[in-house]
Amino acid sequence: MIEIEGLTKRFGPVTAVNDLSLRVAKGEVLGFLGPNGAGKSTTMKMITGFLAPSAGRARVCGHDVEMDAIAAQAAIGYLPEGAPAYGDMTARQFLLFIAEIRGFKGTVARARVQSVVGKTELEGVLDQSIATLSKGFKRRVGLAQAILHDPPVLIMDEPTDGLDPNQKHSVRTMIRAMAAEKAIIVSTHLLEEVEAICTRAVIIDRGQIVADGTPGELLSRSRYHNAVTIAVPEAQRDTVLTKIKALPAVASVEGAGHDGLFVVTAFARKSALLIEDVSALAVREKWDVRELRAEAGRLDEVFRSITTHDAARSRASAA
Amino acid sequence: MNQIWPIFKREFAAYFATPLAYVFIVIFLLAMGAFTFYVGRFFDNGIADLSVFFGYHPWLYLFLVPAIAMRLWAEERRSGTMELLLTLPVPLWATVTAKFLAAWAFIAIALALTFPIWLTVNYLGNPDNGVIVASYLGSLLMAGAYLAIGACISATTGNQVIAFVVTVVVCFLFTISGAPLVLDFFRAWAPLPLLTAISSFSFLTHFSAISAGVIDLRDLIFFFSLIALFLTANVVIVDLKKSG
Repeated sequence: MIEIEGLTKRFGPVTAVNDLSLRVAKGEVLGFLGPNGAGKSTTMKMITGFLAPSAGRARVCGHDVEMDAIAAQAAIGYLPEGAPAYGDMTARQFLLFIAEIRGFKGTVARARVQSVVGKTELEGVLDQSIATLSKGFKRRVGLAQAILHDPPVLIMDEPTDGLDPNQKHSVRTMIRAMAAEKAIIVSTHLLEEVEAICTRAVIIDRGQIVADGTPGELLSRSRYHNAVTIAVPEAQRDTVLTKIKALPAVASVEGAGHDGLFVVTAFARKSALLIEDVSALAVREKWDVRELRAEAGRLDEVFRSITTHDAARSRASAA
Repeated sequence: MNQIWPIFKREFAAYFATPLAYVFIVIFLLAMGAFTFYVGRFFDNGIADLSVFFGYHPWLYLFLVPAIAMRLWAEERRSGTMELLLTLPVPLWATVTAKFLAAWAFIAIALALTFPIWLTVNYLGNPDNGVIVASYLGSLLMAGAYLAIGACISATTGNQVIAFVVTVVVCFLFTISGAPLVLDFFRAWAPLPLLTAISSFSFLTHFSAISAGVIDLRDLIFFFSLIALFLTANVVIVDLKKSG
């Protein structure tokens, strides 16, 4: 439903987005990740028609965003960065304004507003002016505005920024509930969010896609993927370290003392499943195991390894 | 087309949601009164007409209309609502028109609130009410022209102070383009037709023709086409800004 081909945006000498191509289908929730200034927001601004691309094009539900902007924009629900809204209006007035612009009238408009107000839990602040609302409520007004016309395509720039953990949870639940019927792009800094709601994660750095896969696939790139962490009393530290290191599937071992316990993380050789070996070893050796778990991988570590400048340099030299 | 109305309503209500509308109207009326009665010596003239009153309109608009116009786009750009507004499925010309009309309607209200002075002259004597109606119409059209210039300039910047100052300067040049101050600058080198063209842009000339009671189609066309020109420029500027 969202098709991007060779999208490029230059601001003077700076290339913010560089030849980006992407397709998002119905039912997908695409998590858009990247360091600050990587081009996430710029890409979203081009998809929604706020910025004109320097090259390439974006289509939403078959409508070219530049050529057929109105039709494309009618199909999009957009939460811009910072959830801007008219501060002098009350939440109710603002949502009715959006409803009217989206072509709903009278009772239909009121019913639409009523329904999104329920979904975003805004009942308590409906008649407060938006300027006086807390950051969390403002964000939810922005969300309500974006989903008001039940759009087939939803684009949200940091939808949970500034929300407390409960609010984050309810927004994520809401996104998951809508996911099947829509194509959704969510930009975020929160890696846990990607694991919680996204069916696909795209990492961009300096305007280019550097990783694209399911959260699981990205996790498997992690050094921690399939690693095993085991905690034993400090007294057993040396035997545990040597025995684990001796396992054929173990590539390397890291350990640190902590509250009288010694915590060892064993990293697996490529695609080896370590947990069985380590637990069998522990039983055999009759270690006093306090904790034993397999690591799925750490997204933040993957993120850092792909997007840091060192990684970029080594990629460049390898190419 | 049907999206002009919701944007117009929102914009118009926004004036009254803050003290802006009331401050503006009060200052507008006080200034009108002060100029007419003290500077213009309305009573001493002993003539039952409003030519003194209308004579000050261009000069008051010169500062008051840019104050209304400066926030039209600069405010949206600064607060980020521009991104919201321009990603809604509304043609750009409709947004530009709606914003302009809302501001113009607001100025029309301020202008209409000067009606006591019209009652006063009718109480004191027998003025030519046809001329007065024509003058009000001309005044409103001129305000529209100032406003269109200001809206266009406001679209170029996110800074309201810059928008205000530049608008005042541009409006000033349009106001007095028939006066020696402007013409002398061109007289030395510009050919006569250009000189005539420049002086024909003078708001003062066109407004004084209308407020003399002569509604010449050419004066109306002048103001309407100026409004259309600057609103078109407004659309183009907002669109160009999309390209970053």
